[in-house]
Amino acid sequence: MGNKEMRAVYCETLIDLAKKDERIMVVEADLMKASGTTGFQDIYPDRAIDVGVAEANMVGVSSGLSAAGKIPFAATFGCFASRRVYDQFFISANYAQLNVKLVGTDPGISAAFNGGTHMPFEDLGLMKLIPNLTVFEPSDPVSLESLLRQSAEHQGCTYMRLHRKEIAPIYDADETFVLGKGNVLKDGDDVTIISIGAILVPEAIKAAELLKDQGISAAVIDMHTLKPLDEELVLKYAKKTGAIVTAENHQASGGLGASVASFLAKAHPTKMAMVGIQDEFGQVGTQAWLQEYYKLTAEEIVKQALSLRRKS
Amino acid sequence: MDTLKSLDRIATFAKEIRKKTIYTIAKLGVGHIGGALSIVELLALLYEEEMKIDPNNPLWEERDMLVLSKGHAGPALYATLALKGFFPLSELDTLNQGGTNLPSHCDRTKTKGIDMSTGSLGQGLSAACGLALAHKVDKKENRVFAIIGDGESQEGQNWEAAMFASQYQLDNLIAFTDYNKMQIDGTTDEVMSLGDIEGKWNTFGWYTQRVDGHDLEAMHQAIQRAKAQKGKPSMIILDTIKGKGAAFCEGKVTNHNMAFDMAVANEAIAQLG
Repeated sequence: MGNKEMRAVYCETLIDLAKKDERIMVVEADLMKASGTTGFQDIYPDRAIDVGVAEANMVGVSSGLSAAGKIPFAATFGCFASRRVYDQFFISANYAQLNVKLVGTDPGISAAFNGGTHMPFEDLGLMKLIPNLTVFEPSDPVSLESLLRQSAEHQGCTYMRLHRKEIAPIYDADETFVLGKGNVLKDGDDVTIISIGAILVPEAIKAAELLKDQGISAAVIDMHTLKPLDEELVLKYAKKTGAIVTAENHQASGGLGASVASFLAKAHPTKMAMVGIQDEFGQVGTQAWLQEYYKLTAEEIVKQALSLRRKS
Repeated sequence: MDTLKSLDRIATFAKEIRKKTIYTIAKLGVGHIGGALSIVELLALLYEEEMKIDPNNPLWEERDMLVLSKGHAGPALYATLALKGFFPLSELDTLNQGGTNLPSHCDRTKTKGIDMSTGSLGQGLSAACGLALAHKVDKKENRVFAIIGDGESQEGQNWEAAMFASQYQLDNLIAFTDYNKMQIDGTTDEVMSLGDIEGKWNTFGWYTQRVDGHDLEAMHQAIQRAKAQKGKPSMIILDTIKGKGAAFCEGKVTNHNMAFDMAVANEAIAQLG
């Protein structure tokens, strides 16, 4: 698979799923073009529902569709999918034990020119507090397709954070993924970089190369599923390398960093550093500028990894 | 139009629902008595006459569904379902006890006959829209009924759902507003007036009617007219009295979530005859 818009993969995969399963539906809130699902609407006009600019109703209607046996994939910008409709998703979908697949697009700094109002740095943290909810963020087109299919098969609500723009593939087309199990991209002995998402997983890979130049062997994990956390894998690498750096396009205190730290504090206290947003709001800028501003870079991961080694 | 042939039977059923509701909440000692009693006639009519249901098969595919969006009125619906045989009457005694299947607010995962979890006000009508839409997509005849509160109508999500049901021509959706004109902090006019509530629903594209919510015949006629509508969702605004039929609480703004004991309940039940 070459470079591909993630939203194109999202739409193509849903179309393929819908061919085989008539329960699959798409629900949008005036962002069908942004989510990339107009192609689904062209083929299945009766199964593509646009509720207008009404995200609360989008989640409520999706819950009702699910209660009647449908499998709705409801998408909007991640800021709205989380902050704006948290109670609707919490009560009408999750508490009711329905089967709503909520998708939050434009995660973190990928919101770029839409700025602080549209820049979710806290959606993963909010979502992981909902009992039994599966929360994941694919890092490339290959993992997106696989994990999206698994999400459709999963009986229960899911929240997917979707970077919808063009992304270079990290994985070969035949790579396997399991929702709830991290993928080890590179083995290592001295430090483990646990990363999530289409921006930070590539940075983690780059950081491992930079560390290699300094004689440090870094393992890299794509922890695409934040919840349930692959505790077995975290524990294995905590024991193996004795140092962990998490990397995410999200508030570190509520996202992947917090999940890993919370688990290891109980299971195997380990030196840790967290690359991510440090208690700040979003703002406008190019994605590249924002990435530097918030230090979501390979260089920052290297710096944090080195600081952990100095503490030993 | 057919008149309601089974009026006496439904009136008797309503009386039984009312008694069981008062008894159940009294047994617990406190509960949402006011807004439960205001919808008793509607529940009796829906479950005795208007809805396709099978108490022996709560998940019957052909069933009509009710979304009680004002989920705190659960005890009245539980009494109705128990009297219809969805579960034993003795289960009513477990209301709000740890591990119960009958929580204060309706829960589809716990209670036979409940199709949607509600209680966070303003969300039920959206879910009812989703259910009705699913039936349309599947070209099924099932109807969806929804009951929203008047105070609940202050939640903006209702109006998102109102636009949606109109846009998608959900004529298989019949909603009711329990217009008892009271909410927790006072009368609806004091707190946040609904103003021209009929005009609002009309303007949103719904076939809107307004009848006495304790008049079985009037409600039956309104429901028949709603069922005959093509291309439009229906809203039937019910003029009701909060706490209807129990002298200790009828028409009192304090009855939203009220403590009362079995002695008070027994007196009210005796007065119902």
